[in-house]
Amino acid sequence: MKSTDLIDNESLRDDIPDFAAGDEVKVHVRVVEGSKERVQIFQGNVIGRQGGGLHETYTVRKLSYGVGVERTFPLHAPTVTKIEVVKRGDVRRAKLYYLRGRTGKAAKIREKRDF
Amino acid sequence: MATTAIVGEKVGMSQKWVDDRIVPVTVLRVEPMRVVQVKTPERDGYSALQVTYGHRDAKKLNKPEAGHFAKADVVAGTRLVELRLDSVEGYTVGQEIAVDTVAPGSKVDVTAVSRGKGFAGTMKRHNFKGQGASHGNHKHHRAPGAIGSCSFPGRVFKGVRMSGHMGNEQVTTLNLEVVESDPERNLLLVKGSVPGPKGGVVVVRNAVKSPVGEG
Repeated sequence: MKSTDLIDNESLRDDIPDFAAGDEVKVHVRVVEGSKERVQIFQGNVIGRQGGGLHETYTVRKLSYGVGVERTFPLHAPTVTKIEVVKRGDVRRAKLYYLRGRTGKAAKIREKRDF
Repeated sequence: MATTAIVGEKVGMSQKWVDDRIVPVTVLRVEPMRVVQVKTPERDGYSALQVTYGHRDAKKLNKPEAGHFAKADVVAGTRLVELRLDSVEGYTVGQEIAVDTVAPGSKVDVTAVSRGKGFAGTMKRHNFKGQGASHGNHKHHRAPGAIGSCSFPGRVFKGVRMSGHMGNEQVTTLNLEVVESDPERNLLLVKGSVPGPKGGVVVVRNAVKSPVGEG
């Protein structure tokens, strides 16, 4: 246990679903535009989770009009209202950086089937 | 000089979400302090508070220390720290001072002894550039270069920056923002970094050089 863990515990969220690299997620992000506030959804594949504790982050990759877009979110960010798991992916590694060089069918992630 | 000051120990660094933004914080443990002696300009030539915190076994005190604590009628603490203040009016011997004398949102200066770096070269100590890795350079990659002129003045001026001992000196970081002060857990959260190692003694005082209109 680190000596600063007690401070970190207050900022930790307990409503985070169980998800891993390869899963398709919908990240609901609160966006403030001037005085208005709305929720934006960023949907894509999780290509990795980095770090631990309060500082843990995850990277979501999606294709937007044929251009790959990646966003990294802090796992415990209060700006994220909800993380929804859409699909479970069947992948063999923890970091899916190999997807960056691929397009089309080669960039597809198989869905996990539980028997 | 400062109007309020407290003493604590550095616990470590972390982050905290404040208003949807992540803030780097240094965690300081500030146990309640007990005033052992009040120093006044009339008697001592300057005003300061001598405080102690924590607890120390009575049998681990030497006689002068035991007598000093007994005179003030204060439970013996781990160490005695002097806090220089503008005025010590309103402070009495035996009084307790807690973390909440420093309010969240206010600006503070933090003083501590920095980590010792030993005998350091000019690149580490004064951020010199060093010299090239190639172009025929031979064994002078981290050397300072020229340190003076020729037969006039025929000497090296005083104060030229050179290698030497670095760190292990008193350093004050000015105008740090207090993020949180928690008297229940005796914790003080300060935005940004603070000199010294974990467990080091730090003195926190209200900011004395904060820009006009702030803090």
